[in-house]
Amino acid sequence: MISAVAPLTEGTDSELRVRPSDRRLFPIADKVLSGERLNPADALTLFESHDLLGIGALADWSNRRQNGDRVFICANQHLNPTNVCILRATCTFCSFARTPREDGAYTMTLEEAFHEASMATDTPVREFHIVGGLHPKLKLAYYEDLIRGLKERHPGVEIKALTAVEIAHLARIEKTTVEDVLVRLREAGLQTLPGGGAEVFAKGVRATIAKRKLAAEEYIDVHRTAHGLGIRTNCTMLYGHVESMQDRVDHLLMLRELQDETGGFLTYIPLAYHPDNNELGEELGRTGTATTGFDDLKNLAIGRLFLDNIRHIKTHWIMNTAKVSQVALHFGVDDLEGTVRRERIYHEAGAHTPEGMTFAEIVRLVKDAGKRPVERNVHYEEVRSW
Amino acid sequence: MVIRANGFVSGPGPVNGGASIPSEQRTLPVLQTTAPRRREPTEQGSVGAQRRLEQPAYVPPAVESRPHAAEIVEWMEYLERTPLLELGARADTLRQEKHPEGHVSYIVDRNINYSNLCVTDCRFCAFYRRPKDDEAYVLSYEEIGRKIDEAKSVGAVQILMQGGHNPYLPLDWYLELLRYIKEHHPIHVHGFSASEVEMMAKVSKLPVDEVLRMLHQAGLDSMPGAGAEVLVDAVRDFIAPKKIDSARWIEIHEAAHEVGMLTTATLMYGVGEVWEDRLEHVLKLRAAQERSLQRGGGRFTAFITWSFQPNLTEMQDWQIDEGTGMDYLKMTALSRLVLDNFDNVQVSYVTQGPKMAQIALRFGANDFGSLMIEENVVSATGIDFIMPEAEVCRIIENAGFRAVRRYQNYVLAQDTDDGCPCCVRQVQHG
Repeated sequence: MISAVAPLTEGTDSELRVRPSDRRLFPIADKVLSGERLNPADALTLFESHDLLGIGALADWSNRRQNGDRVFICANQHLNPTNVCILRATCTFCSFARTPREDGAYTMTLEEAFHEASMATDTPVREFHIVGGLHPKLKLAYYEDLIRGLKERHPGVEIKALTAVEIAHLARIEKTTVEDVLVRLREAGLQTLPGGGAEVFAKGVRATIAKRKLAAEEYIDVHRTAHGLGIRTNCTMLYGHVESMQDRVDHLLMLRELQDETGGFLTYIPLAYHPDNNELGEELGRTGTATTGFDDLKNLAIGRLFLDNIRHIKTHWIMNTAKVSQVALHFGVDDLEGTVRRERIYHEAGAHTPEGMTFAEIVRLVKDAGKRPVERNVHYEEVRSW
Repeated sequence: MVIRANGFVSGPGPVNGGASIPSEQRTLPVLQTTAPRRREPTEQGSVGAQRRLEQPAYVPPAVESRPHAAEIVEWMEYLERTPLLELGARADTLRQEKHPEGHVSYIVDRNINYSNLCVTDCRFCAFYRRPKDDEAYVLSYEEIGRKIDEAKSVGAVQILMQGGHNPYLPLDWYLELLRYIKEHHPIHVHGFSASEVEMMAKVSKLPVDEVLRMLHQAGLDSMPGAGAEVLVDAVRDFIAPKKIDSARWIEIHEAAHEVGMLTTATLMYGVGEVWEDRLEHVLKLRAAQERSLQRGGGRFTAFITWSFQPNLTEMQDWQIDEGTGMDYLKMTALSRLVLDNFDNVQVSYVTQGPKMAQIALRFGANDFGSLMIEENVVSATGIDFIMPEAEVCRIIENAGFRAVRRYQNYVLAQDTDDGCPCCVRQVQHG
């Protein structure tokens, strides 16, 4: 059990200034305002409602109670050491993965990875976000050396590395346990795990878009094990492909249940599916059609309302665009991701956003939204604010 | 199944009027244009973009010196104390009162930019070319006619015809063009912004109301609201010192209303102006609309706002805060609230992207604007989000509204229509 961060009291606004216009939301609003937990039927109603402002106002109210007017931002950089992935053929939603001999396949040597990591020099990097493909031959030692090397070269840097899927893959190819992999990575300097690889937990959805990927229970188990070791993690949901609204609710429920058990999730990040350059997008005839602004904001807001035990909700501006992400700060979101730098995965899937923003730009967006930017460290402790 | 002239397929219509297009019909192609399109970042943009003059200073006028000063102060205080969603909810309520049917309309049209030759050198524009520039062009009547036929063949019910301020084209060129269109390629012509009309008046040495009357008689059906930029002269001096001033822009629109034409109004924000400027702009529009409504005849049908796109313009390197998502939603909601005598507020998906455009439907907007099958001006800055009709409908419906085609006068398109109902009239020759 990991102790929760003390709740904020400053800057809270107890008044709900926009009442829902959709009558079906009235009982849900009463629950939210009285602190009663929403049930899965409530979440389904929220997903089905078009009352964007009503949902947003409730999520905003809830967020203000927990985080005041603070918006967390981070000087981070993405590092994707390889795009070679044994799931290349079966994760049809992915535009990033390659088979070892496919055009564009790459695997960085450690030196190349260190070089890539030192490329973004205009803003000092506090956090590396390291994720990549399930390479059949890259062993645990590579990642240990990578993390150690980054820590040596960038003193004070924090490491958020390897999704549950990659951790389980390393355990498999090393013929050891998930716990062993996590312990060794932690010794090398890993601090938290990103939340990727969750996609949508429902069996039917996984069978369609990611049939060979880690099952829901295994994803949850890796996170449970990490939490048990004191390693905090993020969690995600990839929405906007073939899942039903009920699938989304079931997914969120599994995350909420694990959080009740361990308290180890730091942040929930709904991820928008991007349909370009992947088999699934072609099959669905969805090329060029991203998720809608309504869906992006509703996923964030409903995450805030239903996951009442997860403190932070993050909008990933790479997917949602800077404009929608700024607006999302009024829809229950308290985390605007960061400078990002050198994002590859979503850009291969057709994201039109820039590959990074400067700190000054992010700070301006937060202030322009009437909020207070707070630079966080990997544990959401305040480093500085403006 | 019969495909009609206007692109509709006859069959049972929707219950409440207005044609919802079956999904298999929502497949308008994006037409290739013969006009030069500049999308590549290596392109050089306008002369101004290549000159890279130093950024002048912008000093906003004092509030008390502005027209509508008291109201500006009042609205500023309101904006200051009102959270985004509360502002949105109030605008949404007003939108619902004005449009209780639960639909969001759009029009199928084509932008035809008859000429990019311009002598006004607006600093925010990437589209214009100086007279001696070898990329300057004027389209022939035949090319324009061909573009209209292509547009009509895929269901367009209007052309939006705009161009530079070209001093080499006599008024007769425009009048002949309009007659040529109405005779050989009949379609609703929404065209010639106020500053183009001003150029025609200058070249022909005729008063603008006379020019407008002649244009209307020759076949101009309605006038777009472009060229308004920010209707505050201090801002205009900063971004477009050679363009008509704000009083003249308003005067020309009122004159067009007097002639009997419908027009639209726009605001381009994010050029370095302050919120007081934006408010002055919409308050001036409300006052003008008030006068036109009292007079009878034409009026403003819609207000459209978007943020300045700096690429390849003279202002591309200026230190100006680009319009944010907050700006867009606040501006949309504010315009819905202030312009209570305007029927319609449009989104601008071309500049804001489909996500923000959809969200704006809950911040006071009720119209998706034009489903452009050709667009040259915004795309000259490298920014465009042109979408197929099916995608526009998906986005509207995903927000909980019914997507319906309309005409320029905001009458909804019906399966039984044979063309734009507002411009079926005798064209006068000679």
